Amino acid sequence: MPTGRDLLIASLILLANVAAATAQDQSIVVASTTSTQDSGLFNHILPIFKARTGITVKVIAQGTGQALDTGRRGDVDVVFVHARPQEEKFVAEGFGVKRFPVMYNDFVLIGPKSDPAGIGGTKDIVAALKTIKAEGAPFISRGDRSGTHAAELALWKLAGIDVAGADRGPWYKEIGQGMGAALNTAAAADAYVLSDRGTWISFKNRGDLGIAVAGDQRLFNQYGVTLVNLTKHPHVKKDLGEAFIDWLTSPQGQGAIADYKIDGQQLFFPNATVPGA
Amino acid sequence: MLSLLDLTDLEAGATSYRAMPETSAIDLLLSADPALMAIVRLSLTVSLIAAACAALVGVPFGALLALTRFPGRQAVIVVLNALMGLPPVVVGLAIYLLLSRSGPLGSFGLLFTPQAMIVAQAVLVTPIIAALARQTIEDLWIEYRDELAAMNVGPLRRVVTLIRDARFSLVTALLAGFGRAAAEVGAVMIVGGNIDGFTRTMTTAIALETSKGDLPLAISLGLVLIALVVIINAVAWTLRRLDEQLTG
Amino acid sequence: MRDTVSNTPIRFDHVSLLARQFAILDRISLELAADAITVLIGPNGAGKSTLLRLAMGLVQPTSGRITWGGRPDVPPTRRAFMFQRPTMLRRSAAGNIRYALAAAGCPRARRAERVAELLDLVGLNHLASRPARRLSGGEQQRLALARALARDPDVLFLDEPTASLDPAATKAIEDLIAAVAARGIRIVMATHDLGEARRLGRSVVLMHRGRIVEHAPAGQFFAAPQTPEAARFMAGDLLV
Repeated sequence: MPTGRDLLIASLILLANVAAATAQDQSIVVASTTSTQDSGLFNHILPIFKARTGITVKVIAQGTGQALDTGRRGDVDVVFVHARPQEEKFVAEGFGVKRFPVMYNDFVLIGPKSDPAGIGGTKDIVAALKTIKAEGAPFISRGDRSGTHAAELALWKLAGIDVAGADRGPWYKEIGQGMGAALNTAAAADAYVLSDRGTWISFKNRGDLGIAVAGDQRLFNQYGVTLVNLTKHPHVKKDLGEAFIDWLTSPQGQGAIADYKIDGQQLFFPNATVPGA
Repeated sequence: MLSLLDLTDLEAGATSYRAMPETSAIDLLLSADPALMAIVRLSLTVSLIAAACAALVGVPFGALLALTRFPGRQAVIVVLNALMGLPPVVVGLAIYLLLSRSGPLGSFGLLFTPQAMIVAQAVLVTPIIAALARQTIEDLWIEYRDELAAMNVGPLRRVVTLIRDARFSLVTALLAGFGRAAAEVGAVMIVGGNIDGFTRTMTTAIALETSKGDLPLAISLGLVLIALVVIINAVAWTLRRLDEQLTG
Repeated sequence: MRDTVSNTPIRFDHVSLLARQFAILDRISLELAADAITVLIGPNGAGKSTLLRLAMGLVQPTSGRITWGGRPDVPPTRRAFMFQRPTMLRRSAAGNIRYALAAAGCPRARRAERVAELLDLVGLNHLASRPARRLSGGEQQRLALARALARDPDVLFLDEPTASLDPAATKAIEDLIAAVAARGIRIVMATHDLGEARRLGRSVVLMHRGRIVEHAPAGQFFAAPQTPEAARFMAGDLLV
């Protein structure tokens, strides 16, 4: 049983560590998305960044909406998400300095290999969604204001289906959780779900699921990085944050992103230099 | 179909998770994988310190409540007992709002650090320890009251005597608090942010790995957590037996 | 620093104790002077325990005055009390006595010696390290007596000390009480047991319904009770 003295010493050591760490704290906090984290990208690129600059990047993984809100509250230094309209709004509101495109990946429609909706290998995502709705095949939605959720809703809109209102039904299930949880649920329920390719490739609990639709231009998913605005939140680590953004968009950072592969497949395609991304 | 127990159905050769190799739950445990050990160490440190802080506040408060009489005392006791059931996620949210840069205590920059996790768990656990301490000390006070009065024992000495004579029960209360802290996920997830290598505890790691579908790792962490709970209970039981033997 | 103020005589001057209009003690006037053992007798609910507690200073009267050696508000430093069912502290027998010594202000250096003396006096040396709560009823009562004596009292109050004991244990306690009285410590004890009152009492106080019925030296009381209640009580009638 630790004595009072032991606990006191432990607390003092902990406090000393905090003090020491804060004194020479070369770290930033980045709000990113669960899908980016789940893909394993950060485990690959962050050590490279640290080796080059000595800066530790701490990643909080949330849904895109939540990540941007965390940025608005000033609880992180940088936001790195994939929902361009929301990011631009973030900058327009004055919470972000400037948005830089970094990379893209694509979404894929995942579904049971038994194909209950009868989509049958189409490359047209909108047609596939219409078929799913028509057949009443079960569909899992993340429902969590994430970038993936936003993309999913945009696609339903393209298909002319009003999942929030007129076309609501028991076939469409919102779970309010991250990509992994959505895939777990789809695997258990033999349902369709929209996922980013990165999470899908690293997901291990597939059950009977496989890729139903891929390659449609409209499934393109762009990532951007933004520094939180110093004028709104003076404590933001501007120099370190800018170092991170500069690296991500530099040839070395872009190369590290392209190098990240799972099962020999590249997940993210750097495009920082592509205008209008 | 999701099958938690199907450890044999592991897909080999998928990604590596940080430095942790893709092996079965038992292998990770037995080889004392450093990343796993770091998670366990953080969990224990955070919860132990939180329980200790909670005891420093909770035991004297409970003793005071047990030994004093004032208007509204019964109401305070009822509220304190009710606070034992504070949902961790609600505590996490409250502490998050306090520690957020946009919140009143934001200038300390404590959000997303182990310190914030300690604070949240200490807040969660203090009512438990205080309520149990109050009950224990009040029960003992009822027993001891006449004799201590007859021995003309002053108020300060009374408190010391009661805490000393009730020490085994109080330590059991502390263990209950620690157990609650070690097992919760809501508070530490929200205020810690589950940052890889910094604020990832056993419980938040289990939540993460489960949501990623990486069940072997989640299970190994779960086994460690369960082992911890069993050990805590065994220690508590041993203390009660010791108490009986030493003091009758 | 030992308080040298004497506790005796203990004088009750029109003392009443009321609890919600009900008089537990009703205008008691009594003097307990410095002679050996005073026994309080009377039916249950007569107020014996309450009178003892007032005399000890554990309870304050609702009206009236209590003085010790002529002075009011004397701290209980040289007074001690033994309850009918004493509570053992969660320590060993020796530990209980040590605690009482510390509470009474005994200097640390003398404590070990005093513990040994007291354990010896009550015949519990062989049980010194036994957890006190595991002693038998009689042993616990003896330990409670040792604890009380640890205060080095000049007056000792005992509230029905043998009520829950078997005859052998009762005899042991009674012998100890007699020994303690022989050392010059004033004893005031309540008892249920008329036989015990006869065996030990030097003066007797009969109480009934919160009042003193009769107060007389033992010889006189038992041979020729002055009041009808006393006579009936001695005859074994229920005083209602």
